[in-house]
Amino acid sequence: MSGIPHDHYEPKTGAEKWLHSRLPIVGLLYDTLMIPTPKNLNWMWIWGIVLTFCLALQIVTGIVLAMHYTPHVDLAFASIEHIMRNVNGGHFIRYLHMNGASLFFFAVYLHLFRGLYYGSYKAPREITWIVGMLIYLCMMGTAFMGYVLPWGQMSFWGATVITGLFGAIPFIGESIQTWLLGGPAVDNATLNRFFSLHYLLPFVIAALVAIHIWAFHTTGNNNPTGVDVRKTSKAEAEKDTVPFWPYFVIKDVFALAVILVVFFAIVGFMPNYLGHPDNYIEANALVTPAHIVPEWYFLPFYAILRAFTPDVWVVMLASWITGGIISAKFFGVLAMFGAIAVMALVPWLDTSSVRSGRYRPMFKWWFGLLCIDFIVLMWCGAMPAEEPYSTISLIASAYWFAYFLVILPLLGVFEKPEATPETIEADFNAHYPKAETPAE
Amino acid sequence: MFKTLSIAAVAALTLSAGGALAAGSEGHTHDVDFSFEGPFGTFDQNQLQRGLQIYTEVCSACHGLRYVPIRTLGDHGGPQLPEDQVRAYAEQNFEVFDAELDDTRPARPTDNFPMSGLDNAPDLSLMAKGRAGFHGPYGSGMNQLFKGMGGPEYIVSILAGYTGEEKEEAGVTLYENTTFPGGWIAMAPPLFGEDVEFADGHSNELHHEAEDVAAFLMWTAEPKLMARKHAGLAGVIFLSVLSVLLYLTNKRIWAPIKGKKTS
Repeated sequence: MSGIPHDHYEPKTGAEKWLHSRLPIVGLLYDTLMIPTPKNLNWMWIWGIVLTFCLALQIVTGIVLAMHYTPHVDLAFASIEHIMRNVNGGHFIRYLHMNGASLFFFAVYLHLFRGLYYGSYKAPREITWIVGMLIYLCMMGTAFMGYVLPWGQMSFWGATVITGLFGAIPFIGESIQTWLLGGPAVDNATLNRFFSLHYLLPFVIAALVAIHIWAFHTTGNNNPTGVDVRKTSKAEAEKDTVPFWPYFVIKDVFALAVILVVFFAIVGFMPNYLGHPDNYIEANALVTPAHIVPEWYFLPFYAILRAFTPDVWVVMLASWITGGIISAKFFGVLAMFGAIAVMALVPWLDTSSVRSGRYRPMFKWWFGLLCIDFIVLMWCGAMPAEEPYSTISLIASAYWFAYFLVILPLLGVFEKPEATPETIEADFNAHYPKAETPAE
Repeated sequence: MFKTLSIAAVAALTLSAGGALAAGSEGHTHDVDFSFEGPFGTFDQNQLQRGLQIYTEVCSACHGLRYVPIRTLGDHGGPQLPEDQVRAYAEQNFEVFDAELDDTRPARPTDNFPMSGLDNAPDLSLMAKGRAGFHGPYGSGMNQLFKGMGGPEYIVSILAGYTGEEKEEAGVTLYENTTFPGGWIAMAPPLFGEDVEFADGHSNELHHEAEDVAAFLMWTAEPKLMARKHAGLAGVIFLSVLSVLLYLTNKRIWAPIKGKKTS
């Protein structure tokens, strides 16, 4: 399936031939697993495996949890405590699932910023990138709805705030919000549909992951140099690549094991550290928590949502031009979704002819600033909506948009990139002088 | 570049997690070194039994533990009362309503602790986890990470934080408390010291009592704490060994590609 020339599966025995002529599934698995992979991939290329593992972990633990969970406003909170106290191993499975979501997002952010730095989104990998963004959106939806299920205080008020965002859409917002909630407020109907969708979406993600993999197996992996694998002949391709199995499978699984050491330490020793204590208080529509804070992985976008208050001049301008149709709240919602949309459009916003950030002297600095920006936004999102955090959020949000909409398009014009290596082989041999090219 | 970025990302995770937990902390909470803190910390069985006694004789007058099955008092990693004592404890202390009998009867080990008797007295089952929201300077999460501060510390500080001042507001008596957010709490001081007599002769000073009952409430909130740490440790050790083996495997299979000698 890959454009890189390589050996294909040849059925040998009679049984293999019989199956292959009817359903070439062994061939598909063989070609997927043996795909020629650039041999210079660094440790930032391990997150794909980590993410695949996370999806599997969440589905497996989630299915077990669903066997014991009750999606009803009067029973949900108690059923979680039932899992924590009475189900064999239930407490550990639940903590794996809770913290598994954090690992999932931790990995997806590193995976995503890897792509942004090495230009993995550029032609011909735009579809891979777009599908990746769809996966990320589905992940956010799944995580948000999953967080509502324990029916704690943060579940309830988080759901109220986030679904309230849809209410900010002019004219049709309130109808949409009512339709989403299944009623005028977050209640049993909301909990039931969130449970249903929380169970469904991971399988949508799994399908999208298959497409994601299919897409980059068609184009071949990007690599730290951004230089393409030579495809003129199999012999040349073999100088740039090694098969995925065993070289990268073992490398990635090694990295996964190291990450899981940390993960199990968190689950075992501090499983509630990343959570919010208020979620151990049952949902109460009459008591609003002092601060409603989303989970850490939503904080950067939550900060962007809150950054655009009515006193910001762009908000005032937008409101004035549209005759008040765009309120500050709606502007914030647009900014939050816009922050993700600009990421999705990055293949067309980046005008540089050089793929990898490694050979782009100016880009490196702006990209570094973007990473810091992301962390600053995350911190602001956790802080109360007051000065100085509002101003910092606003500046950080502005940089987020400036990076994608102004800096990236201009850099391609003004920046003078450094020379890229001729081939992947040349880059690899520069690291490992004793490396020999495979015998021809 | 990515190395530094990854480190920064981890740092951000720590900081923001703390921030997310930093809600509603105004009062002062002081650190207590509990036996169950840290990766190897375990519950002190005697302390849990003393805490149970304080709960039964004092707290249970108003507060319930609705999520806690009474039988778990006999579980490993808890107060670990012998089976006959659990049965006797249930019968002697609590009455429950039985729908089948359409009447009340003495509690059995299979029943849960009753709910709160007073409407405005919160259930205590999860209090030690629901009140862990204070995290040191600027919501950095450092107090929880390094000192292990959480809900039990809050409970101790509340119980020992009364100044003796009272005031009346809209017909409700409020008591000044240095830990409670806002400084005034509706709960009358429940413990003064020497409220209970321990069979083992342990000190019943106020701060000892407060620590004992806080430890007990940590157990009611997280009854599987010891099993969890055990499983976590087993996971960490197993995966560490696996990591070493995979590291060596990886090194070996890549050696010919990288032009290095295989031993």
